[in-house]
Amino acid sequence: MTAAQTTTAPNATAPDATTREPAAAVPPRFAGARRFARAFRRRPSGLAGLGILVLFSLLALTAPAFIGPEQLDVTRVNGPLLAPPSAAYPFGTDQAGRSVLDLLIWGSRESLQIGVIATVLTVVFGSAVGIVAGHYGGFLGRALMHVTDWFIALPGLPLAISLAAVLGQGTTSITIAIAATSWTATARLLRAQTLAVEARPFVERARALGAGNWQIMLRQVLPNVMPLILVSSTLTVTGALLSEATLTFLGLGSPAGVTWGEMIHDAFFGGAFTADAWWYLLPPGLAILAVVLGFTLTGRAVEYVLDPRTERKR
Amino acid sequence: MSSPAAVAEPAVAAPEPRSGRPFRVPRPGYLISKLAAAAVSFAVTLVIGFVLFNVMPADPVRSMTRGRPVSDAQLAQLRIQLGVDRPMWERFLSYVNDTLHGHLGYSWEYQQSVASLVASRVGPTLLLMGTSFAVSVVLGLWLGMRSGWRAGSVFDRFTSATALTLWSVPTFWLGMILLIVFSVGIGPIHGFLPTAGMSDPTLPQTGMTHCLDVARHLVLPALTMVLVVYAQYVTIMRSSIIAEKGSPYLLTARAKGLPDASVRRHHALPNALLPSVTMIFMHLGGLISGAVTVEAVFSWPGLGDLTYEALKIPDLPLLQGTFIVFSASVILMNLLADLVYRFLDPRVRAQ
Repeated sequence: MTAAQTTTAPNATAPDATTREPAAAVPPRFAGARRFARAFRRRPSGLAGLGILVLFSLLALTAPAFIGPEQLDVTRVNGPLLAPPSAAYPFGTDQAGRSVLDLLIWGSRESLQIGVIATVLTVVFGSAVGIVAGHYGGFLGRALMHVTDWFIALPGLPLAISLAAVLGQGTTSITIAIAATSWTATARLLRAQTLAVEARPFVERARALGAGNWQIMLRQVLPNVMPLILVSSTLTVTGALLSEATLTFLGLGSPAGVTWGEMIHDAFFGGAFTADAWWYLLPPGLAILAVVLGFTLTGRAVEYVLDPRTERKR
Repeated sequence: MSSPAAVAEPAVAAPEPRSGRPFRVPRPGYLISKLAAAAVSFAVTLVIGFVLFNVMPADPVRSMTRGRPVSDAQLAQLRIQLGVDRPMWERFLSYVNDTLHGHLGYSWEYQQSVASLVASRVGPTLLLMGTSFAVSVVLGLWLGMRSGWRAGSVFDRFTSATALTLWSVPTFWLGMILLIVFSVGIGPIHGFLPTAGMSDPTLPQTGMTHCLDVARHLVLPALTMVLVVYAQYVTIMRSSIIAEKGSPYLLTARAKGLPDASVRRHHALPNALLPSVTMIFMHLGGLISGAVTVEAVFSWPGLGDLTYEALKIPDLPLLQGTFIVFSASVILMNLLADLVYRFLDPRVRAQ
């Protein structure tokens, strides 16, 4: 929602686009990126968000190094059932005797994986639709925008539930369901931004030099809307993570998978709830909260830094 | 459909509506275009519903009878009974015809028509959504107004940080935490609120006792939804108040010597409300998503819980029915938002 107000800062364009312009004084390589990093460092909340994300990404990437399948397999673990936190199990155990800490770390891997893949699908598809709709104004553009509007009008969760239910349980169908219901926001945003970029003189110059449609969309428009795509994808990721948790909680996830949503599902339906096993219920929710907050804070900081109005406010 | 029409043209009441039409071309035109757009949206919903539930599943008869011993003859008979043996276009036409007449199919699990199931569940959902919507709107707009007016203050920072945190929480998880704390009881706190359902079956189902009982059951689900939903309204209201803050008319109001609170209440607020109201209506779809999980957690006997029950089987006709009902209500709400905005904003009305 907030990303809709973002306008691309001229200094924030991708470096190769600026060097291609025959400017009088060629700026040093990555000057825009350096200026961006300097401004970003001044936003403490953005740094905190980025810190959370780095921490969880490291956990997710290194998880296989210290968690093996035998610690996650219900039939092979031998811990106490639903035991409260202790020295051996810092976060307690679940109803099958698995360590909640292990589940949490492994869950970060699978949850983030679904979230990121769904986001990539969403952003690639949404951006393609948005840029094409913005570039080809006439019938094609209008038709694409109408389709987008129809999808926006549909309630997201019921559609995702129906889609995932028809496709069957599992990670793939959840990923597809999330992407199918969230690409519309990106498409709308990108269409507006494409229209704004194409009104600028350098696109006209490229067209006068004989650039074709593909050339303009890929070499002129895309580098200029890239910062916006990045900002909007941080919002998409948060939505995707929450949707993943919701769909898995409703029982659409793969039963063998270990995601945060699956943990909450098991905690609620697997007896932990009536046994007052708060140690099983709290960690996955707090982890989702932390990661979603991390993405939101980072996204907001990036948006703030890229916003050309920021300079004037100071 | 007729009531919004009456709302949109209150001035044309004097002559007969038909003879008045040529003189009022722009306004009915707007209304018609919005109605047409809503109708097209609903048609698309129907197509998506048909593709999802009738084209994509490989063989509904097999998934229906999964796990039960059925002979080939019984399968063939079921196919004829369900109409699966007919060509696709014929099925589509009869599906559209049935849906438009309010026949939403027959639930496999409940052995009951989907329409009657939906009808029996609408009331509780409306009660839950209405309550939490009203509370969140009031709370969100008030907090948003206060924090936007003094952007950057301690109050603003605290409100925004709380709203952001609550927005980042999965709704159903928050519901479970509240459930553990206030219903099951944890540590020194003893649970004092009911854990599930909408009323206590041992109490009489009529009169004052029943109302109080329902209210007691309503507290936790409604609180869960309010906590997650109000945050959006804070953000919306805060940014629209900030957008209005630089306007010259506020300077005029201050120059007249009005106190700050009066400038805020009588000048900034009405203008900032306009975009906020539209945005809030646009976000009603999100409220429905919250209702599905919250009703599942609290076993609140509404449409969301019905969706969840259908999902567990999975009972495709029932899922299709709830999907169509949810979509139709969102389309209707968006239409209302368009018309209300048109009616509320004198600048748009004059165009």
